[in-house]
Amino acid sequence: MRVVAGVDVGSTTIKVTVYDGRAMEHRMVLAGWNPREEAKALLTKVVKEWQIAIDDLAAIVGTGYGRANLPFAARPLTEITCHARGAEYLSPGVRTVIDIGGQDAKAIRLAAGRVEEFVMNDKCAAGTGRFVQVMANALGFDVASVAQLALKPGEEACSISAMCTVFAESEAVGLLHRGHSPRAIMAGIYAAIASRVIGMADKIAPCGPVVFTGGVARNEALGRALSERLGLELVVPSKALYAGSIGAALYAWEQGETKEAND
Amino acid sequence: MSDPVTMLKAAKAEGKKVVGFYCVYAPQELVLAADALGFALCATKEEPIADGEKALPRNFCPLIKSSYGFAATDKCPYFLYSDLIVGETTCDGKKKMFELMKDFKDVHVMKLPQSNLQENDHQYWLSEVKLLKEVLEEKLGVSITEEKMRNAIRVLNEERKMMQELSSLMQADPVPMSGMDMLKLMWGRNFVFDRSDFAQQLNGIIADLKESVAAGEGAFPKGAKRILVTGVPTGVGAEKVLKIIEECGAAVVYIENCSGMKQFVTLVDENRPPLEAIADKYLGIPCSCMSPNPKRMEMISNLVNEYKIDGVVDVIWQGCHTYNVESRILGKHLKEENATPFLAVETDYSQSDVEQIRTRVQAFLEMMD
Repeated sequence: MRVVAGVDVGSTTIKVTVYDGRAMEHRMVLAGWNPREEAKALLTKVVKEWQIAIDDLAAIVGTGYGRANLPFAARPLTEITCHARGAEYLSPGVRTVIDIGGQDAKAIRLAAGRVEEFVMNDKCAAGTGRFVQVMANALGFDVASVAQLALKPGEEACSISAMCTVFAESEAVGLLHRGHSPRAIMAGIYAAIASRVIGMADKIAPCGPVVFTGGVARNEALGRALSERLGLELVVPSKALYAGSIGAALYAWEQGETKEAND
Repeated sequence: MSDPVTMLKAAKAEGKKVVGFYCVYAPQELVLAADALGFALCATKEEPIADGEKALPRNFCPLIKSSYGFAATDKCPYFLYSDLIVGETTCDGKKKMFELMKDFKDVHVMKLPQSNLQENDHQYWLSEVKLLKEVLEEKLGVSITEEKMRNAIRVLNEERKMMQELSSLMQADPVPMSGMDMLKLMWGRNFVFDRSDFAQQLNGIIADLKESVAAGEGAFPKGAKRILVTGVPTGVGAEKVLKIIEECGAAVVYIENCSGMKQFVTLVDENRPPLEAIADKYLGIPCSCMSPNPKRMEMISNLVNEYKIDGVVDVIWQGCHTYNVESRILGKHLKEENATPFLAVETDYSQSDVEQIRTRVQAFLEMMD
């Protein structure tokens, strides 16, 4: 039996996908302070359930922020390439991928399953998972409620103009002091993030079907804001979080084939 | 004798005059014909930016802040020992920087037309070149004769031809020299004291590279992805993106920008009256400060074919509005004319975004697999 793995070491979480050509297994853990060891431990645990060891894997492809820091992975590929491949697997025929991770946001346009063009945020965490987290904390939301947030009928989102994490936090706190509800402020923050991310995505002329991947894809409220701003429906596959590691595993699968052929 | 300060002091002691400039629009023939030493001034290091920001807005482009920081703190020996600085109005930031610089240095600013396509643009620029000649004559106490100009044209044309020959060797696969080495070589040319010495060096390098090409030896393996870098000047100290591209395994086979081949690709017509010929050569430079700037598009399209380019990387400094906007025009042009992958990287001189740029460059290269 040939088994391969894709390891996506993100800034916040590590995702592992193990694949044998038919079955796919996914697992996630927080990146912590030693992502390399965390990744290794998680991978060891997953493959153990397949009654093999890491060394028995035919190929491992690493991706994400920490891709270069995985000594056991044979080949690093960028999260852009892997998310595109994973999104195509999860939602065949996808033309645009919006991937929002812990510390970056990307928009990728695909043609026939291949990356045709992409954009990525630079030097700034606005519009990323970290930004959502900081704002949610400032407003007293927990992860689950902030993701499910919906305005009540007649309620209006506040207008947020600052997109620097620090300034946006002071702006949100200022609005709180003026008596606005945390819900209305958070809705305003989602609208601002959506504007920012779609403004960036517009550079690659996004077209449907659009798939939303990465850790932030689990945030339904932000997904709605993105979809509204984009004017297109946003498909969120149930395994959206694992798109990167799935793509990496699929590349590993191909690599595994060549490795076996060479053996 | 090897450090620039000592060499400059010695040259000045011998009565040599020194002229500094910031841009490839500054007509170097006139400086040479004035028997002066011409140097491109320091502008591509991060260190002086903090000093530059004392006088200039923070959201200026790093090149201007670096230039000004170097100048205001006497950290650039070439600036320090210059008898005259030749500035130019390539952008609003530089224009205003030169005004501040005039408080502590003799600066002459050449006013560029907004376009290089019409006859009146050429007439206007010719008058600016004539004025520079008069300013140089007056400030340096020399007479720039027709004969001296013709000589200078010949010397610099020969150098350009050699640079073209050298560059054309980069068409080989494997590429005989890395883009980083090519950059250092072109960078070194900015600080040459003796043009015939430099010509000799160039001849040696060309011979070496020819041997490498004949032997099939290269700085990168055969088949390495071939990248053309364009956009803003990316001189030594600001070569971050070039370095990342080559660290990712692709070869930078052509550097099109001002710290690269831009100034060498056209010659001064030796059969025309010198001042006119000089003016026309320089005005023809396809800088994004020209509006519109179709020559850059045509030239890059041709280079993509000649150098079998796999992808074009456009480097833009934050705050450089003309190159930033033109990036969209260039990306669209390349897509339509050459179907060539295009990556725009907007950055500054800091190292804070190196990993993000690396991800983008790697993804860009993976796109071509």
